[in-house]
Amino acid sequence: MAQQTILQKLEILADAAKYDASCASSGTAKKNSLGSSKGIGSTEGMGICHAYAPDGRCISLLKLLLTNHCIFDCHYCVNRKSSNTPRARFTPQEVVDLTLNFYRRNYIEGLFLSSGIIKTSNHTMEQMVEVARILREEHDFRGYIHLKTIPEADPQLVHQAGLYADRVSINVELPTDSGLTRLAPDKDARQIEGAMKGVKSSIVEATDARKRFKHAPRFAPAGQSTQMIVGADAATDADIVGKASRLYDGYSLRRVYYSAFSPIPDASAVLPLKRPPLIREHRLYQSDWLMRFYGYKAGEVMQATGADGNLPLDIDPKLAWALKFRGEFPLDVNRAPKDRLLRVPGLGVKAVNQILVARRYKTLRLEDVGKLTVSIAKVRPFICTPDWRPTQLTDRADLRALLAPKEEQLELFAA
Amino acid sequence: MTAMANDLTQGAYYSIEMPAPDDFAFWREQARRLVQCGVPPDKVAWVEPGGSGDLFSQSQLGGGGANLPDPPQNASQPRASKRFLQLAGNAALHSDPDRFALLYRLLWRLQSQPRTLDDKTDADVRKLLDLDKAVRRDSHKMHAFVRFRLIEDDMPREAAVQDEVEHYVAWFEPDHHILRANAGFFMRRFANMKWSILTPRGTLHWDGETMHEGPPAERSDAPEGDPVEDLWRSYYANIFNPARLKVGAMMSEMPKKYWKNLPEASLIPELIAGAQSRESTMVAAGALEFEERPQTLPAIDQAIHGCAKCPIGQLENRAVMGEGPDQAENFSGLMIVGEQPGDQEDLGGRPFIGPAGQLLDVHLQKAGIDRATAYVTNAVKHFKYVQRGKRRIHQSPGAKEIDTCRWWLEAEREVVKPKLVLAMGASAARSMLGRTVSITRARGEAVTLDDGSELWITAHPSYLLRLDGDARMKQAALFDADLAAVAERLRELANA
Ligand code: SF4
Repeated sequence: MAQQTILQKLEILADAAKYDASCASSGTAKKNSLGSSKGIGSTEGMGICHAYAPDGRCISLLKLLLTNHCIFDCHYCVNRKSSNTPRARFTPQEVVDLTLNFYRRNYIEGLFLSSGIIKTSNHTMEQMVEVARILREEHDFRGYIHLKTIPEADPQLVHQAGLYADRVSINVELPTDSGLTRLAPDKDARQIEGAMKGVKSSIVEATDARKRFKHAPRFAPAGQSTQMIVGADAATDADIVGKASRLYDGYSLRRVYYSAFSPIPDASAVLPLKRPPLIREHRLYQSDWLMRFYGYKAGEVMQATGADGNLPLDIDPKLAWALKFRGEFPLDVNRAPKDRLLRVPGLGVKAVNQILVARRYKTLRLEDVGKLTVSIAKVRPFICTPDWRPTQLTDRADLRALLAPKEEQLELFAA
Repeated sequence: MTAMANDLTQGAYYSIEMPAPDDFAFWREQARRLVQCGVPPDKVAWVEPGGSGDLFSQSQLGGGGANLPDPPQNASQPRASKRFLQLAGNAALHSDPDRFALLYRLLWRLQSQPRTLDDKTDADVRKLLDLDKAVRRDSHKMHAFVRFRLIEDDMPREAAVQDEVEHYVAWFEPDHHILRANAGFFMRRFANMKWSILTPRGTLHWDGETMHEGPPAERSDAPEGDPVEDLWRSYYANIFNPARLKVGAMMSEMPKKYWKNLPEASLIPELIAGAQSRESTMVAAGALEFEERPQTLPAIDQAIHGCAKCPIGQLENRAVMGEGPDQAENFSGLMIVGEQPGDQEDLGGRPFIGPAGQLLDVHLQKAGIDRATAYVTNAVKHFKYVQRGKRRIHQSPGAKEIDTCRWWLEAEREVVKPKLVLAMGASAARSMLGRTVSITRARGEAVTLDDGSELWITAHPSYLLRLDGDARMKQAALFDADLAAVAERLRELANA
């Protein structure tokens, strides 16, 4: 085969990376290159989206596969061994050059590197670590690096990855063990979680060490994350939310990303008939927010699911929960504690904070609440103020229909 | 406040000329003195450099305001919260010509009503927040959308500099006076690079050590093109997943007004236009439409005859459907899966009627399994072979072909609902498990499948046909042992 050019490799290996949901470059330690003799790059806490793709996703990192050759045969994956997809392979130096060339032109915040498994898991992991090493040590690169580690690789190598990277991720791939056995037969759920556990303890150790010694090495300051594919197997939203919450608790994950299963070229017949609607992915992210910022327990989010174990698609999970627990409402805006107010559909964290500040000075009326929210119509059935009491509304059987967005709006998201 | 307003300043108008549109420090100094002298907001005009001043100071003062008197000795420092200074510092960068007047009005009000900022319904406060937000957004977009291009540097240089330094130049059009305020961001990020950012409001030049400011530039002062842009555009086009088109989300974050200076943006229209066809190619490339799976055995039978999802179906052959008891009560719950039809099965249109099938019958009988009570089928529905003269030589299906044809086997399983599946040979095992297993290691033990049924794995009878002597005896014994175990398990399941 004729030698591939960098451009040809980039086409193949960026294309192969497009199914990965995570791309964020936030939450790492601040660093910059002022005062260094040759360094380049900075991170200032918040990541920057340098472009947006027509799929609405932010492009912040150069997201690439080192190679899409793979000795594994996961059915949902376009790079699986038995797929006919065109293959390519970068050398570590080529990835470094691309990253620096893009970084210097301010196209990106850094690199997000993952890889198919070539030869052995260790060999692959070594190559990925080498990319990070060249960037950090030879070029004193101070931008963001996210490495997707290979769970089957030697923990020592995963540890090294964390010493160079801002974030490491280990994909759980599928929410249930049975799904994993069926669709990713070469992968092992215990091994994946074992690797996460290893990363967690390295993070904890490094943070402890830094409290005592200023110069202790940093380990993945932006923490670890994971990704689950949604809709490739029969797992319900309740399964997914449950899994995510166990992962958050067990391995102190920064983020769990959900990726709605996309049709892939050369798909395997084991995959489902239809791709799931993107709105399902959106609902899962909303439920993630409820847990991370609104104080919902995983069990409560699960209560919002329907008989089939899935979150409703036509309304958001917070409204779904409130409709199921109407007895909790209406809440008195002028007296209810913060954690209860956060449960009111249509009131975000910001609005709740503003309410708390405002009610120190005055008694809020419905109109005042209206100024702080996007849609008072959505909030109204669940609150009361001195001039407003929604008793009849909350009992109405058609409340859901009243509050659910109209059909046409839904179509925008529908797959 | 009014106590400070002495006779000297009473009634006078002041016109303050700003040295630069973004000089917040200057505004702050003047505003402090004005407050100390008790000059109310309606007596001050703030004039931007190059601005024509404002009407009333011109008409009433005949150009140029009164000189600002010195504040009284005992004047106290004006009060302003940190939060106000932060907001004001940022809002001062807005291009709204009234911004300095607004800031002064708010500062003035803060002296008697320190809580003014808490009232979000106040028009001045709202305006301040809006200006701040617009400036922050503009800064953010500058961090994101500045695109450097590499040029060969031919600027005159002092002696003893290395002959070739890479120089990166960007053209950007900010909406507000944010250039200088954001110099630090680019310095910290590109500390060891030599770069310039050119804008219609001014220019920044960093040589790796010091920052120079320059006069406004024009689009034509900036370089065109950079070979790396082709790579970037290719990245942009490929990282986008056409199955998830969400143009609205993209447009709200990357409004069209920025597109002309983003090298990748020229691709957007064609990417959007091509997304649908790209998605269907993605799906079709696997030759697997997401169609409904047939729900009855006759419907599956019909469908596999038209199937060409894998190359085997394109050979000269015909699909062979599984077969089993036509009455539910005769069904023992056993499904036997072989590899694929052979020459005779292809001709006869029925599974397991050739030599391997006959051998299987012998062994089944020995184990006490009545084939008539089992559903017998194959992992792959068409015969794969190579033509040698008149003979068609059997070829094992590839992993991909097995995975593809699994579609039909699963359909059969859904209808037949076996309690126990006996997979014979590596192809059948792969079809059931989705991965290649070693028969030697997998045989003799049940695997529980998704639907709760059991999978048993054994060798394919055609394997026995290829052996002779001792080896054959040994393998036949193993095969018998596997079948006996299955027969035993079937009896248990029947009684359970
Ligand atoms: S072998 Fe199976 S997948 Fe291939 S064409 Fe035949 S029925 Fe279709």
